[in-house]
Amino acid sequence: MAVFDGSVLDDARAILARYPDAHQRSAIMPLLYLAQSVEGMVSPDALREIGGLLGITTAEVEAVATFYSMYRLRPTGTHVVNVCTNLACKLRGAEAVYEAAHEAAGIAHGEELSADGLFTVHEEECLGVCDFAPAVQVNFCNHDLVTPARMRELIGELRAGEVPAPARGPAFPSFKAASRALAGLEEVPAS
Amino acid sequence: MTTEARLTRNWGNPEAVGIDGYVAAGGYEALRTAVGMTDADIVEQVKASGLRGRGGAGFPTGMKWGFVPRDTGKPTYVVVNFDESEPGTCNNRELVEREPHRLLEGTAIAALAIGCETAFLYVRGEYLWQSIVLERAVKEAYAKGFLGADVAGSGKRIDVVLHRGAGAYICGEETALLNSLEGLRGQPRLRPPFPAVEGLYASPTVINNVETLMNVPDIIARGADWFREVGTEKSPGTKMVTISGKVERPGNYEIALGTPFRSVLEELGGGMLGGGTLKAWTPGGSSTPMLTAAHIDTALDYESLAAAGSLLGTAAIMVMDETDCVVDCAQRMVAFYAHESCGKCTPCREGSWWATRVLERLEDGYGKPADVPLMHDMGKNTLFRAFCALADGTAAVINSSLQHFAEEYEEHVRLGRCPLREAPVVEVAS
Repeated sequence: MAVFDGSVLDDARAILARYPDAHQRSAIMPLLYLAQSVEGMVSPDALREIGGLLGITTAEVEAVATFYSMYRLRPTGTHVVNVCTNLACKLRGAEAVYEAAHEAAGIAHGEELSADGLFTVHEEECLGVCDFAPAVQVNFCNHDLVTPARMRELIGELRAGEVPAPARGPAFPSFKAASRALAGLEEVPAS
Repeated sequence: MTTEARLTRNWGNPEAVGIDGYVAAGGYEALRTAVGMTDADIVEQVKASGLRGRGGAGFPTGMKWGFVPRDTGKPTYVVVNFDESEPGTCNNRELVEREPHRLLEGTAIAALAIGCETAFLYVRGEYLWQSIVLERAVKEAYAKGFLGADVAGSGKRIDVVLHRGAGAYICGEETALLNSLEGLRGQPRLRPPFPAVEGLYASPTVINNVETLMNVPDIIARGADWFREVGTEKSPGTKMVTISGKVERPGNYEIALGTPFRSVLEELGGGMLGGGTLKAWTPGGSSTPMLTAAHIDTALDYESLAAAGSLLGTAAIMVMDETDCVVDCAQRMVAFYAHESCGKCTPCREGSWWATRVLERLEDGYGKPADVPLMHDMGKNTLFRAFCALADGTAAVINSSLQHFAEEYEEHVRLGRCPLREAPVVEVAS
């Protein structure tokens, strides 16, 4: 196997062990996150290999992977920046934050990936931080009350190799690292 | 306005996030009580409390638990719905951030009530930090014997499995959530069979919202009568509300059910942002029909909001002021449903997409006189025309905005532009 190999295969087995023996298919979502943590996206190889692990077809795996917006099936930036523009954030000026993110990341109009491969900027639906709108997630870490100026700063910090401190919780330094945490494989020390 | 803090009473105590702090504040006493009760008694006590599901539908919780058959020979499951995704809603997030053990305690009591040995926590993927908070709490609860092979010395086993979603609003719909948890696309299932009879892995299943379950420990520890001391007869207890948008103090607050919207806006929310004028508000997230300034004295409970033509939903209040264009706001809300439609039913999949387009052209000044009747038609033909309630959210936005702001729609067509495009923009928090 190309993606699920060595220690990654061990991780996959640990994920499978979470679910009842008769219902291993339930592991498909964390397995997709695990693949994403290795490759920075979910590749056709990963879809096929997950099918192999679960005893289902590649098409069945792809049907699931394409249903959810947090799996990326196309080339993705080192960092994923999600800007909520749903109503609670929109009422607090989120559209300008999204524009600022797009511009600062150097993404061409109509694209979502910057030419240097550093950033994917995504207009997001409600992130559940309406109390600190406008809400932004950088690699799924929350940043509160983000203004266009703060958005440009965040992009600048990431570009400089820094990891901006989120409003709550630990910072994940990349989309890959966040995907590993989403697979439930990140040991986070008690705060 | 003073409401007894129940779900939020330990919010001032940062230690309550850990198990020692939670136990020191009286936590897990209810679980100790519950292991000494029969499962039927637990169900009866929750029934007597009148607790209704806080996730939006308001179904009586004890009754839901009572529907679970115990003689099927199959395991039973408790599934916690922490897929909080309704636009404007974030109280489950803060409840878990501050006191994750209250959720685990409520979950364990629910498990005892239906004889469940494996409970699943379904957490929306974007709540990565909150899922980690919960994961730590689960480990602590196992270490202290409140979960695992011998729950609170009862000899009963309760295991908890945490499962992360991956960005799909529809998975908050309970049967879609079950499909997602089973490793399928998150599309709703036909009912019946209801989850209580054939839910997760075709086995009897109870699915409850986070806030619902967090009410359970107090109902066991303090009793059904105590629970009913706050709220109204048909809507007892407190409710978490989220207020956001054009208010001075957006946030999550705990209110007695039946509290007027005016108190929440003026006292908790600190009034309109920058002294603006209330124009419209959603009482329970974007899928509940919007109301206007004329409804400011409406009581926030299931019955009063139904009488006003809306719903309590998740009690997510989004406030719009006089500088906000209703057509523009409706467009953004309907675009959400277009994005989140699972694609199963045509009225939802196509209706939300086309409605988004029509609202866009109205807002951009390209609306035609026929567009307003067209919107009426789409609202009518989306409501109750699909498998689940997602399409009804689309219809709620369309129908309520047309009902209360017909003149504003007409004006967009007449002027060939948005009448508010040139209005000054309110300064937002920097």
